[in-house]
Amino acid sequence: MKRRDFLKSTAVFVSGAALSLSALDILEPGEVLAANPELRWGFLVDTYKCVGCGFCVKACKLENEIPLEANVTRTWVERYIMTKDGQVLMDTPKGALNGFTTKLIDQNADGMKKVADEEIAQAFFVPKLCNHCTVPACVQVCPVGATYQTADGAVLVDRTWCIGCGYCIMGCPYGVRFFHPVEHVADKCTFCYHRISNGGNTACAQACPFGARRIGNLRDPRDPVARAVLHQRVGILRDEYGTKPNVYYIGLNEEVR
Amino acid sequence: MKNHVWRPLYVVIALVVAILLFRAIYVPKDFGVQERGYTFGFHRLGNEQEWKAFPAKYKESNYCNECHEDKVGSLSASQHAMIPCENCHGPALNHPEDPEKLAIDRSRDLCIRCHSALVMPSSGRNNIPGIDPATHNAEMGCSECHNPHNPSLEEM
Ligand code: SF4
Ligand code: SF4
Repeated sequence: MKRRDFLKSTAVFVSGAALSLSALDILEPGEVLAANPELRWGFLVDTYKCVGCGFCVKACKLENEIPLEANVTRTWVERYIMTKDGQVLMDTPKGALNGFTTKLIDQNADGMKKVADEEIAQAFFVPKLCNHCTVPACVQVCPVGATYQTADGAVLVDRTWCIGCGYCIMGCPYGVRFFHPVEHVADKCTFCYHRISNGGNTACAQACPFGARRIGNLRDPRDPVARAVLHQRVGILRDEYGTKPNVYYIGLNEEVR
Repeated sequence: MKNHVWRPLYVVIALVVAILLFRAIYVPKDFGVQERGYTFGFHRLGNEQEWKAFPAKYKESNYCNECHEDKVGSLSASQHAMIPCENCHGPALNHPEDPEKLAIDRSRDLCIRCHSALVMPSSGRNNIPGIDPATHNAEMGCSECHNPHNPSLEEM
């Protein structure tokens, strides 16, 4: 055998063995979504209705076994206060686990700030959670296939497969991911997949007394969430990242990031 | 051809075979490139089932109604009707077997989540009766005067 042939056959053998054929098919995400047209989970948040009680945050933690006092949450609520002289103040004390109970706004290094009632021009609460994006950055960057998206749109983490590299935490433009303090793997909102796929409601939406949070099927034109998304003015967060979020907000404005 | 040319090839083949063997044993059958290709589809199908089997803790108020019809009834006639039972009583998983009784949260903190007065002109919070927790009977539990299942003081 000539040296050249030897190198050639080795190269062919090694690459052939390492690559399986299926790796060569690349499908458009759209094709896949079209293959499952009946169900696509989406979430609707109404910022006018949210009162910042934080019942959703507490319910989420209890339901999904995220230690209550650990400084990580799958969902949290932000308070925005816009003053008449144009300032925008924001805080989320402990993710709003115990709700908003004081007028003092936590400004980190600048301390606690109080705005006089008559100085407030606009103020509202914005619940946040994983957006279960149509083009999920976290799934794209996961090197081992531990973070993935189901055919009906939920982005989940395979706990036995996650190696804890943290790429997904860095990759998510919304900062909704964290390391689970007990499981020691990446964690995030699952849309309560164990509840919704068995016909139930998400824990946060069922705990919200004000109906500010709702899960629904975006592919069903009779579904209230789908109807709101189609017929009302809804906003999504950080459109510029191209991740195509599936959490829609009523009453969003540009100060909310 | 000489032996020293073949030896590296044997090593490479042995390595590849070892890796493929390890992969065949270690990687579950249902792990693979699913419909969306490597970029978005690469996962273990069985994990979806594992998530579906995660135990649900909250049972929702209809479940409470099966045994506590009177309580659910009085609550749903009050201004607190929209508050689900489990928000104060805790998740009902396994109740009434274990735990037999649910621990009720009667703390002031629970009430002031909604009833601490905040000026929030673009939110429903503005429509909720609010107090200043520092001055409104600061040492007392709210439920000493207000019945959580019927909070209106006029009707007491
Ligand atoms: S859907 Fe479930 S996991 Fe996601 S924020 Fe709500 S309660 Fe938490
Ligand atoms: S439970 Fe509802 S009203 Fe309360 S903070 Fe959460 S979304 Fe807002």
